[in-house]
Amino acid sequence: MNGDRPLVAVLDYGIGNLRSAQKALERVGADARLTADPGLIADAAGVVLPGVGHFGTCMDQLRATALEQPALDAIESGRPFLGICVGMQMLFEASEEAPGVPGMGVMPGTVRLLPDGVVRPQMQWNRLDVQRPACPLLAGLTDGAWMYFVHSYAPDTDDGFVVATCDYPTPITAVTERGRLWATQFHPEKSGDAGKRLAQNFLAAVRADQCRR
Amino acid sequence: MKTVRVIPCLDVDDGRVVKGVSFVGLRDAGDPVELAAAYDRQGADEIVFLDITASAHDRDTIIELARHTAEEVFIPFTIGGGIRSVDDARALLRAGADKVSVNSAAVARPELVREIAREFGTQCVVVSVDAKSNGAGADGSTTWNVYVKGGREDTGIDALGWVRQVAELGAGEILLTSMDADGTKVGFDLELTRTVVDAVEIPVVASGGVGTLQHLVDGALIANADAVLAASIFHFGEHTIADAKRALLDAGVAVRPHVD
Repeated sequence: MNGDRPLVAVLDYGIGNLRSAQKALERVGADARLTADPGLIADAAGVVLPGVGHFGTCMDQLRATALEQPALDAIESGRPFLGICVGMQMLFEASEEAPGVPGMGVMPGTVRLLPDGVVRPQMQWNRLDVQRPACPLLAGLTDGAWMYFVHSYAPDTDDGFVVATCDYPTPITAVTERGRLWATQFHPEKSGDAGKRLAQNFLAAVRADQCRR
Repeated sequence: MKTVRVIPCLDVDDGRVVKGVSFVGLRDAGDPVELAAAYDRQGADEIVFLDITASAHDRDTIIELARHTAEEVFIPFTIGGGIRSVDDARALLRAGADKVSVNSAAVARPELVREIAREFGTQCVVVSVDAKSNGAGADGSTTWNVYVKGGREDTGIDALGWVRQVAELGAGEILLTSMDADGTKVGFDLELTRTVVDAVEIPVVASGGVGTLQHLVDGALIANADAVLAASIFHFGEHTIADAKRALLDAGVAVRPHVD
């Protein structure tokens, strides 16, 4: 394994724009591969599950490409894992966007439609309100960093897992943490320098985890 | 909190920026990727590329543009022009575009909006609407029709009915250009913009007519647009994106502030 450029598997399950996530990780020094190869995913030092679009479509695609189990195995192994946008939502038990379609269920809670009376989707930059500044993913980003959101649904989960929220105009879950399983409702790969910092933090966690093993 | 996005728009023909661009410090002012990266550095919130030729042979060129942009630009970008099918949309999204904008193809076959939304999600479907005023009707209220072919052809479709229809079909955003205001530098058609903002739940990008920074402020404050788009005031170096952000902030509009 190349210690200088850790192998990060970006799961390619055939949905829209996955390439930006790969490029963002490459930019900060990862050997980031868009892949559907379970062997490569098992070898990767870190795994990223991007996602755009419809929860049901993404779950169906993840299962159709047989990538759900490799993803679950990676999470189970304790290697750093990052879910992005719908890739975050898929970690939960279910979503109001696709009733009856089970999520991966590695995070407790349900993904719910944003409250009535707001523009849906939230398609804009918004500031993070950080609840747990010790989260390594948010190192250097605790002072109201601006991130790019595009979503109509967001996870409703135990406060204990919520690291940061955004105000829209009620608090919306923006970052969750459960051990080294992290997830962001926004798109770090589209959030300029703040997003770059988050990608660097994820890669730092990947390197630290490699040293532990 | 709602924050208003500031979006520069680049017209592209066969892979090159069309309208004159006079930026300092660019090696190649005709290179859309280099320009987009410069706007990213200035604090642009998104970039829109409009492929104005969109001929058949041009598809590969525009896909290459998406691919290169995804390597250099780390804010969202939209590509519009010549997208007629789910396959056209797929190629651009797979190459790294975040959204595709459809216009005349959606007018010709509205189901296209639903098809792209179903396949890739509503968030990536922008419906670009070119609207022109019919003047005040008998009851005194203004109506607007949808135009295609760069404002030359009246489709006879009512713009308000059209934006409601495409929102229902799965559009994630409306890019609304006033064909009356476009190119005039007299400011957005605020009445049109406000009417469309009130008619749909999805975000509306105001476009057409920006000549001053105050016009951007008016689009946000008076028309309540979710985003403001402009081309020439940024391209010719009259104002930077940072100037626009400052003007909006000074007027009390929430934006992502520019960080030097």
